[in-house]
Amino acid sequence: MSTAPPPTGAATVASPARADASSVGTSPVVEVRNLRKTYPGPRGSDARKVAVEDVSLTVAPGEIFGILGPNGAGKTTTVECLAGLREADGGVIRVLGVDPQADPAAVRDAVGVQLQEAALHEKITVEEALRLFASFYEAPSDVEELLDLLDLAEHRRVAFGKLSGGQKQRLSIALALVGNPRVAVLDELTTGLDPAARRATWELVERVRDRGVTILLVTHFMEEAERLCDRLVIIDGGRVVAQGTPAELIDSVDTSRTVRLRVPPADHDLALHTLAGLADVEHVEVDGREIEVTGTRRVLLAVVLALAEQEVVPDDVRTVTRTLEDVFVAVTGRTYDHAADSAAPHEGGAR
Amino acid sequence: MTAATTTLTRVPTARSGWRGFGTLLRTETRLFLRDGTAVFFALVFPTVLLVGVGLAIPGMREPITGAGAPWDGLTAIATYVPIVLAAAVATPALTTMPVTFATAREKGLLRRLSTTPMRPQGVVVAHLLINLGAIAVSAALALVVGQVVFGLAAPVSPLTVVLAFVLTVLSMLSLGMVVAAVAAKGSTASAIGNLVYFPMLFLSGMWTPGPIMPDVVRDIGQFSPLGAAAQAMSAGWFETEVPTLQLVVMAAWTAVLLPLAVRLFRWS
Ligand SMILES: Nc1ncnc2c1ncn2[C@@H]1O[C@H](COP(=O)(O)OP(=O)(O)OP(=O)(O)O)[C@@H](O)[C@H]1O
Ligand SMILES: [Mg+2]
Repeated sequence: MSTAPPPTGAATVASPARADASSVGTSPVVEVRNLRKTYPGPRGSDARKVAVEDVSLTVAPGEIFGILGPNGAGKTTTVECLAGLREADGGVIRVLGVDPQADPAAVRDAVGVQLQEAALHEKITVEEALRLFASFYEAPSDVEELLDLLDLAEHRRVAFGKLSGGQKQRLSIALALVGNPRVAVLDELTTGLDPAARRATWELVERVRDRGVTILLVTHFMEEAERLCDRLVIIDGGRVVAQGTPAELIDSVDTSRTVRLRVPPADHDLALHTLAGLADVEHVEVDGREIEVTGTRRVLLAVVLALAEQEVVPDDVRTVTRTLEDVFVAVTGRTYDHAADSAAPHEGGAR
Repeated sequence: MTAATTTLTRVPTARSGWRGFGTLLRTETRLFLRDGTAVFFALVFPTVLLVGVGLAIPGMREPITGAGAPWDGLTAIATYVPIVLAAAVATPALTTMPVTFATAREKGLLRRLSTTPMRPQGVVVAHLLINLGAIAVSAALALVVGQVVFGLAAPVSPLTVVLAFVLTVLSMLSLGMVVAAVAAKGSTASAIGNLVYFPMLFLSGMWTPGPIMPDVVRDIGQFSPLGAAAQAMSAGWFETEVPTLQLVVMAAWTAVLLPLAVRLFRWS
């Protein structure tokens, strides 16, 4: 095995989570450094389309590692390169110590993959598909056990074409696991599922991890990443823009809090005046009768106390929670420098 | 680099890419048999064609007169047999097989297999075997039923017939594989397949069998793979002369189309 050269130059995402990897005390299961991948451009043009500009990540044994990013960010391309399905233009990839680019056959037995866009024959039954895929591997999982694990036992004789979306996804996960892999790559496994099916699928992923499988989870749902992932990278425009644990990321992108309130019209000016002077308040905005106050984590407490002191009784007070979309946009929709500023204190992770 | 400790200990052997091929072949065969329409056309259609034409068209069971050698004295339906055999080969090769591959490509099945230790080539081999089986069954069925219903002429030169049949299979599967290699979607494969299939059937003489084929169709047809196929089998069946030109034409088509299919084949 050739030893990978160290990342060169300053123009890289910072070395990923060395602390995490070493605290587990084992070498990484997946290591990607400075991955680059382009596709042929539109017909007639010589320019190639850059799908992955510069992605580095390290996955430790036993973790659920997330790759999060908006549509077209390069998530699928990244995992397809590390599954040996696509040839990278540059960078270093190691899966279980093997370069899947040079020797894709070497990783196929140990890596289970669920592709974003892959279906089966309409008429193949659940059990047939599992037994078929099991036959390809040297030491497959027990098909019966897998049917139970993924709640597919009662659908074993149902044809693929007749399964619901959630059942198809569960079968797809089962197929990724049937070879008894050490690493499972799951690409967009809950896209298109209803919330209940999505939650059920999350539970399954955790059950699988509890069996000792390291999981690389590709998603564009912030909520999914937050709920499932031990660590994650956020990819935007083919680059890692942030990385860390979900909690670190959320804190790093948004430490301010916003409160919206309404006070009786008579008290409006008094309230504005009072709030603007508070230390915990950074910004006050008026929107019709509503007052929007942005400030530190203590802003809600400060607002309520200050108004109480002035004997102003608000008609309505609401804290503005960040919706999934807000976080999503905040994390991916920033310029580089901005993202780097906020992510840096935690992982030193972005540029 | 510390990753060395997790390096895979097993280096898969070259043969590991075919582990499970038996299961793959069995499963694909079952799936093939589940598609009623495809099974009908691949297995039964030639027999239905032969029996239908023989019973429905008046005079087909009468001996031919006044058409000259080698036709005189044969029943019209007997001269139709080589054409039915050509159709038995062309039908799965140009209709079901390309659609199967294109659909597998469209659904990402070939890519999905690439992530397992099974090589996607396994699917190609499995389907070639299934189609060979289908062709054998459908040709045998047509011959047996034709013999029982009409009583057919014994081939003058069985060896020539067998050789012509084998070359028919090779050239038709090669042609079908070119369509299968490039069509991105099942519907495209079906459209291209039919675009090739019906002119082929025409040139083979499906609508103008034996003595009633116009010379111009015969002259053009001998250079097309299926026209050459029907003419070569017909020559082996009813004449003593070896149909060298037609055999060479089929071999040439195979030599051109098969490498082309391999080169063009897209896995996704
Ligand atoms: N086969 C291909 N040929 C050309 N361009 C491609 C190809 N596959 C992907 N791309 C382009 O590369 C970019 C990254 O695509 P990729 O599929 O990796 O994104 P993604 O993050 O997985 O997106 P999504 O969330 O939609 O699945 C996109 O702009 C896409 O249009
Ligand atoms: Mg994707």
